[in-house]
Amino acid sequence: MKSVAPILTVLAAIVVLWYGAAVWLNSQWIYDQAARAGTEVTATQVLTETMVQDRPVLPAPHQVAQGLWQGLTGQAITSKRSLVYHGWITLSATLAGFVLGTVAGILLSVGIVHSRAMDMSVMPWAIASQTIPIQAIAPMVIVVLASLGIKGLLPKAIIAAYLSFFPVLVGMVKGLRAPEGQQLDLLSTYNASRAATFWKLRLPSSMPYLFASLKVGIAAALVGAIVAELPAGASSGLGARLLSGSYYGQTIQIWSALLTAAALAASLVMVVGLIERATLKRMGMAR
Amino acid sequence: MKAPVIEAKDLNLTFETNDGPVHALKDVNLTIDRGEFVSFIGPSGCGKTTFLRCIAALEQPTSGVLTVNSMTPENARQERSYGYVFQAAGLYPWRTIAGNVKLPLEIMGYAKAEQDERVRKVLSLVDLEGFGKKFPWQLSGGMQQRASIARALAFDADILLMDEPFGALDEIVRDKLNEELLKLWARTEKTIGFVTHSIPEAVYLSTKIVVMSPRPGRITDVIDSTLPRERPLEIRDSPEFLAIAHRVREGLRAGHAYEE
Repeated sequence: MKSVAPILTVLAAIVVLWYGAAVWLNSQWIYDQAARAGTEVTATQVLTETMVQDRPVLPAPHQVAQGLWQGLTGQAITSKRSLVYHGWITLSATLAGFVLGTVAGILLSVGIVHSRAMDMSVMPWAIASQTIPIQAIAPMVIVVLASLGIKGLLPKAIIAAYLSFFPVLVGMVKGLRAPEGQQLDLLSTYNASRAATFWKLRLPSSMPYLFASLKVGIAAALVGAIVAELPAGASSGLGARLLSGSYYGQTIQIWSALLTAAALAASLVMVVGLIERATLKRMGMAR
Repeated sequence: MKAPVIEAKDLNLTFETNDGPVHALKDVNLTIDRGEFVSFIGPSGCGKTTFLRCIAALEQPTSGVLTVNSMTPENARQERSYGYVFQAAGLYPWRTIAGNVKLPLEIMGYAKAEQDERVRKVLSLVDLEGFGKKFPWQLSGGMQQRASIARALAFDADILLMDEPFGALDEIVRDKLNEELLKLWARTEKTIGFVTHSIPEAVYLSTKIVVMSPRPGRITDVIDSTLPRERPLEIRDSPEFLAIAHRVREGLRAGHAYEE
């Protein structure tokens, strides 16, 4: 309970700052309107009108909350205007990409740890892959796959995987190499095979590293899925909501979609955290 | 006359380092017979651990002949001729004590029922009955080291190699474990190679004490103990014990004088 007060204080401070910024940023439009009409506006008028604009530069928190609520509950969740619908589209691509990326990351890390040739050849490419902006890669993947007749979930999942495999790869390489000399020597005295060493020692040792990477990876997968929705001219998904919002100056819609994405990311990371705790507890590694 | 369990003839091992070659072992000759308890004692860098690691095929000698059970160390390793106890217990934190002891048995492909039977047997051998379901962090350092000894005993190799197994433990726990180790040795009739820093520990435990000295790592004295096999802790105050300890100390000092 002790932590509630500080959390609420920080939250309140953010809301106050946000309202202040909303008044400051949105007032310009009101002054411009008044100047054009040749009328005067009082400070109170400015204050009230900055809170209720249709297309504010920065929507006030209650407007975003309203937009969010409207988006989540205002219609059937299958409706094109429902944030639940769009959230699910993005979530499904995120999860598919996350699974793809995790599997790829783990497989590559196993190869890298066991083969010196792979260590030398794969790692530089993996690092290079992450230095290319995803915004540059995403349209190409979408276009190429579309020309092959692959549309919908898979291209988005591939882009999500492109971002999420890397943290898993780096974490697992570190994790699989975590066992030190003495533990490897011990298995050597048992004349253990490489396979036995992998299953009995390397893989269990890597679990804490794996989960740390998965948390980064699942958030990255979400970013990838959203970015993948931008160039496709997709009509559904949180990315599409962001894009159409910015086309039509629907700032409230943009912020609602942003908050939905943030909440989604937080929940996904939390779910991974829960699985981590349960797994490590079962393995006797949590104290 | 039975063949010796471990035999080293003119064994040399040189590590190539950036600062030039390091003679970890120089002209080591040693014979260990079945059922002996042999301690290796000497200052850091004298090659005692390196020699143990050569026996276990964890290091390759540069020249000379080393046989374990009349085989090369590599073949002996493949035959699973020895259990090795390291200075750190090195139990897997994600396995229970029983799970840890079972590890070599799983790797060596023992049947499930036999695994359980052997785990039960060796845990009682090291006085850890009832702790099988605990995780390592729930046990004290001394108990963890006993579990690691049980792990080395589980597959019933006839040689037990121990590299300063009690080095990290306090004096009182160490005394108790030394006593238990002697009993265990008497019951299992294994051949034990034991690396230590401690003169009383070496004299108390061993039938043969190998005194080594550094730069180059070599044997300066081999002392056959005259103490009886049955050894209560009080034997450490007997004149016979002190005489052997004195000779070990002399050997260590001679090794050091060489350096100056």
